[in-house]
Amino acid sequence: MNAIFDWLQNFGQFWLNMLEKFGRSHLFLGRMLIGSLGFFRRFGLYVRQLHAAGVLTLSIVLVSGLFVGMVLALQGYNTLVGFGAEESLGVVVALTLVRELGPVVAGLLFAGRAGSAMTAEIGLMKATEQIAGLEMMAVDPFQRVYAPRFIAGFIALPCLAAMFSAIGVLGGYLVGVEVLGVDSGAFWSQMQASVDFVDDVVNGLIKAVVFGFVVSWIAIFEGADCIPTSEGVSRATTRTVVYSSLAILGLDFLLTAVMFNV
Amino acid sequence: MTSRIIEILVGLFMVLFFAAMVLLATRISNLSGIGGGSGYEITASFDNIGGLKVRAPVSAGGVRVGKVTGISYDSESFRANVTMQIEDSHRAFPLDTSASIYTAGLLGEQYIGLEPGAEEDFLEEGHEIELTQSAMVLEKLIGQVVFSKSGNNSSE
Repeated sequence: MNAIFDWLQNFGQFWLNMLEKFGRSHLFLGRMLIGSLGFFRRFGLYVRQLHAAGVLTLSIVLVSGLFVGMVLALQGYNTLVGFGAEESLGVVVALTLVRELGPVVAGLLFAGRAGSAMTAEIGLMKATEQIAGLEMMAVDPFQRVYAPRFIAGFIALPCLAAMFSAIGVLGGYLVGVEVLGVDSGAFWSQMQASVDFVDDVVNGLIKAVVFGFVVSWIAIFEGADCIPTSEGVSRATTRTVVYSSLAILGLDFLLTAVMFNV
Repeated sequence: MTSRIIEILVGLFMVLFFAAMVLLATRISNLSGIGGGSGYEITASFDNIGGLKVRAPVSAGGVRVGKVTGISYDSESFRANVTMQIEDSHRAFPLDTSASIYTAGLLGEQYIGLEPGAEEDFLEEGHEIELTQSAMVLEKLIGQVVFSKSGNNSSE
């Protein structure tokens, strides 16, 4: 009998902890948003974080974008040629990249490259009591540490997703037109006829904005909320990557259902 | 790394972003197609529009002159009403222009082809094209062929 109550207590505690963490993360988000009001006053800090989150992720995003585009062209061509519709290759590559793969793959890469780095950095700052030190000096860590990282991630991901899509289409062009011999005019003109700027490109960017918001929020909150030991930091980093990836994939489904299936 | 280099790199990053957006806007999608004011709208009603979709091209003589902006079903006349927007540079379509729904290739997308008539007055905003020809529905065509074949056999 006691074993059942023990189990129930553990289970209840687990959910209470989850709920508490959920609520804490929202309070954290609110303070972070208030902290980011100092955007223009501390512009240098934001630029520095944009470098860490955006510029340093650029290489991996560009290389994977190019290869994803090239693979899409190869796969699409092999399927389309069976229908005699290889001229539509441009449409397939562009729509896949702009609507789905651009935001999602850039988001996953961003979570792995920049999100984990943010968590580890903030977690280590907490473990070495730098955050507490800032508070002792009456410097608000939300304004000085968290908000610049949050806004930088929020800005960087849509930029990265747009570049991913653009270079992916170029990769598709390289393979489709230069290697497989699809007509260059048909490749571009069919693409332009089927891809709408607002419905496809802007909606894809809205996805990337949402992903950027969620990934930076998770990354920074996990960093600031971690147990300040080396093990705690490593766990927080793992959680960031797992939660961010799950959030991206789940939100992607929701956003697609809302935006594209009207 | 000095902050100058960091700022230069971030500047470069944003420039790359804008370049990507320009590429996405002009080469990959057709941004020029946006803007409701850049044309005039005419309507046409069809018995059957087949697989015509909003944003499908409207062409005359094979040249794209506009796009389909709306499709609705009129439950009074039991016909499909199609609204299309023709670009301002193509003002001169005679009143008795006819509209037909064609398919680009065997499996391609469907589009509206306009064939100019001989009237002296031109179509204006809000006018309706009277002469329309519905889409070819493959099943109907096959049905007709089968029907005429079997009719021939029984008469012999």
